[in-house]
Amino acid sequence: MSPTCPTGTRPPMPSTNAPEPRNRGTTVVALPPHVNPIEPTNPPEVCIRCRSLNSWYGDLQALHSVGLDIPKNRVSAFIGPSGCGKSTLLRWFNRMNDTIPSARAEGEITLDGRDLLDPRCDVVDLRRRVGMVFQKPNPFPKSIFDNVAFGPRLHRRYSRLDLESLVEQSLRRAAIWDEVKDRLDQSALGLSGGQQQRLCIARAIAIGPEVLLMDEPCSALDPRSTSAIEDLIRNLRDQYTIVIVTHNMQQAARVSDRTAFFYNGALIESNETDLIFTNPAHRETEDYVSGRFG
Amino acid sequence: MNDARPNSNHFQKLIDRGVPRTSAARVRIDRAFSIICLGITLIAVLALALLLASILIEGFPGLSWSFIERYASRIPEQAGIKAPLFGSIWVASICAIVALPVGVATAVYLEEFAAKNRVTNFLRINISNLAGVPSIVYGILGLTLFVRMFGLFGPIQNPAFEIGGETFAIYYDSTGEPLRVPVTSRNETPSLTTGSIGYIQDVLDGPDGELIFTNNWTPIPLTIVNGDTKFTPAYGVISAVDVVEPIDYEIQKPWYYVQFPFGQTVLAGGLTLMLVVLPVVIISSQEALRSVPRSLRAGSMAMGATRLQTVFRVTLPASIPMIMTGAILAMSRAIGEAAPILVLGVALFITDVPQSLMDAFTVLPMQIYNWTSRPQEEFRALAATGIIVLLVVLLAFNAIAVLIRQKFSRPLQ
Amino acid sequence: MPTASPQPENQTLAELCGRGRPRRVILRLFQEGTVRGLLVGCAMFSILITTLIIGILAYETARFLQEVSVVDFLTGLEWNPLLGADRHFGIWPLIVGTLLVTLVAAVFALPIGLVTAIFLSEYAPPWLRAILKPILEVLAGIPTVVYGFFALIVITPALQGLGRLVTGENTFGAYSAGAAGIAVGIMILPIVTSLSEDAIRAVPKGLRDGAFALGSTKFDTSVKVVVPAALSGIMASYLLAITRAVGETMIVALAAGGLAQMTVLPWEQVQTMTAYMVQIFLGDAPATGVEYKSSFAVAGVLFLMTFLLTFAGYRILLRFREEYE
Repeated sequence: MSPTCPTGTRPPMPSTNAPEPRNRGTTVVALPPHVNPIEPTNPPEVCIRCRSLNSWYGDLQALHSVGLDIPKNRVSAFIGPSGCGKSTLLRWFNRMNDTIPSARAEGEITLDGRDLLDPRCDVVDLRRRVGMVFQKPNPFPKSIFDNVAFGPRLHRRYSRLDLESLVEQSLRRAAIWDEVKDRLDQSALGLSGGQQQRLCIARAIAIGPEVLLMDEPCSALDPRSTSAIEDLIRNLRDQYTIVIVTHNMQQAARVSDRTAFFYNGALIESNETDLIFTNPAHRETEDYVSGRFG
Repeated sequence: MNDARPNSNHFQKLIDRGVPRTSAARVRIDRAFSIICLGITLIAVLALALLLASILIEGFPGLSWSFIERYASRIPEQAGIKAPLFGSIWVASICAIVALPVGVATAVYLEEFAAKNRVTNFLRINISNLAGVPSIVYGILGLTLFVRMFGLFGPIQNPAFEIGGETFAIYYDSTGEPLRVPVTSRNETPSLTTGSIGYIQDVLDGPDGELIFTNNWTPIPLTIVNGDTKFTPAYGVISAVDVVEPIDYEIQKPWYYVQFPFGQTVLAGGLTLMLVVLPVVIISSQEALRSVPRSLRAGSMAMGATRLQTVFRVTLPASIPMIMTGAILAMSRAIGEAAPILVLGVALFITDVPQSLMDAFTVLPMQIYNWTSRPQEEFRALAATGIIVLLVVLLAFNAIAVLIRQKFSRPLQ
Repeated sequence: MPTASPQPENQTLAELCGRGRPRRVILRLFQEGTVRGLLVGCAMFSILITTLIIGILAYETARFLQEVSVVDFLTGLEWNPLLGADRHFGIWPLIVGTLLVTLVAAVFALPIGLVTAIFLSEYAPPWLRAILKPILEVLAGIPTVVYGFFALIVITPALQGLGRLVTGENTFGAYSAGAAGIAVGIMILPIVTSLSEDAIRAVPKGLRDGAFALGSTKFDTSVKVVVPAALSGIMASYLLAITRAVGETMIVALAAGGLAQMTVLPWEQVQTMTAYMVQIFLGDAPATGVEYKSSFAVAGVLFLMTFLLTFAGYRILLRFREEYE
């Protein structure tokens, strides 16, 4: 599965947290009203720290020296045009790129101080702590109950009652309990697309991860399901660190606290969401968020 | 109400109620499983290795050109495989010539023209079912349909309808040589007198001291001698007693000879094998046609071609490599089948290579079966040698299939 | 490139197009009608074959049942048609013989085939697949007579030695259901493996990714997600393999024995339906005798069994294809 990364050998841009002040004075993008541009006063801890990450698929370099911090209990969005490496980076956070034989990475990604690129890293336990929701909902062809219970059963042994409570709470948290509580033993494939995606979120939550990675979770869904899931993401962020990859800028603006803009495999700019959209520091960022290229 | 922000401690406690399973243990299970899987997979390899080894050990010493050139014999050292080898080639060719057009045509109909209604669904189920029928049942069908032809043309030994054969009545003269006398049909008893012409077979001495029976018959005038008179046995001299009734009848068949019912002939065998192989050809041709991308068909239709023209000028040519491969694999299956031929009642001691469609025959698997079922050790070795020949023939077929696949699949890419 | 202006080029092209003779529509329609007729005819040929099989078997079975009672045939537990006056034509010993050999073959081939399929599709690196798949194809192409030979020359002595080792006595005779069963198992192994592998590979990658993302090991993913998802296809492969095993003739004719008895012990010899038919057709029984006709009746029962099995497999496969649409 080779990515559609462009093969340009663009020199990597430096990644900074503090933009060079570029006082243009004009608002580049009108923010939706319900986004709070002011962050809470407690500076967030860093959950995932990435330094000098280079990644290849075979000979094709997908990421150039990426460095950024993912703050705890916040929603961070990765935006950028197709093939810029944002999904690749996301998939390194839970080592899902291991399923692609030609993928390889150099650099450092630490979760709570431990490097998860280390070959000795316990990938199975890593994925217990860092969950993932995919672009196309992928419920197992099992019952709704068995879908949600799959993860917990992998990592722990539960009594039947505890498992049922856990499944119920996970489905409640994923805002789908009322719709499925009467058909828990029916096949999950009978749900609609939006429901399936929420089921996948419930499934990911049920093992109690610290981080939730979401790879374009709404791009296969209709607008109503999309907004339901965006509400869900906003509600979940108190308990989880969420990283969402999206090609929909408005979605990033609606949902995230921090946004990182990628282009051609390099991190161009990473900052608080409102700053990225109202006062981007780099030319490419401004061009992208104002829609000059996509 | 769907509240996603309940007490998160409560949720975490729910999760923690389970007893953790160490991931180290799970990784151990994973590794053990992959080793077990590898081991079990190697069973298949082991089976094949054992199979080939046993055959080569038993059969290789007997492999020689004379083995391929000799005919069957009751003496193991002199037995050869020439008749079954040629019989197999004849039968497989007939099978291919009939099965391919019919099978591909059926597949074309099913894939390109048939609507998806209950009738065609029934057709598809029917073909699936035919693919699962044991080959011995096809033998029974072939026996009734091709060999005996439902008894409509009389018994096999006395066919009601013949084209082109010369019938001979056979007698033995006083030296014990077989004599042939032409007759018009099996029902005729010729009246022979001194001076009637009979025919004697030319026999040559072979290099190893064995007798070679040629197909040349020399005419010789007959001398009928009354039973009481003493006489010296000589070629052409027959006592009157032996002339009353022929010992047997024989038919000299030119290449265009046809008899109804077919009897136990190459044609019947080939047609029976065609029945066995037809479902396989249909199914594999269907897959070949399905593999042609829709865009090719769409392009052709967009230029105003009818469906028929599209099929014959675009789709079929594009799918020929896969069809050929499937056909050759079906032929390999046909060559390896013994059960249907067995049911046809084919004689096992055939001493000649088939010369026409209506000759008697035997096939390699039948001969191998016959030798394997004998208890003597030497016949076991013979069977193994025969198996080697059979496997070499099959290998040749499969190699041709691979070559065709390689040669023709480049243009599409 | 010629630098002619567009106008003259178009003219030449139109001229050229107009030079062809138009095809006569009527002739084309006639050709199409004939060809279509031929195609339909060929398709109907397959229905003709089925009709003939059913017809011939039914007719001959009816003739057989004129001399042997239906009750005796369908419920009798003894099959000894050659005993002269004391003969019985109860079909069950033959059915039990067939089922015993099939059972041994299934116990051998179904688990091994599935595990091999899992290994090939989930675990094996590409170079190993490239070696193992041709080996399986070779196994699939070997004629059944050769397996019969293998059963007699290798498997039977091996089982006899094993039997002596384990029990101290000659438990396995020169013919046994077990020896034939193992050979039949090896013969159907490639069928199980290749069809199961197709079913497993058809499971979408998204399901595997989902399982891995939840912290599954490869074992968890393969056994708890992939195989259950591919179950219909695997079941269909099992049924197809069993159908082949039931219809197998040469291996059992050579190695299973000629004594029709009701037994479930794999070291005893049995006679399967197909082996009985071989015995009759190779023998001297007159075409008008009841033994000869009994062979057709047995063929009828055999055909019915394989028909039911194939039908079940077809329905399951249909359901399997629907699940991913």
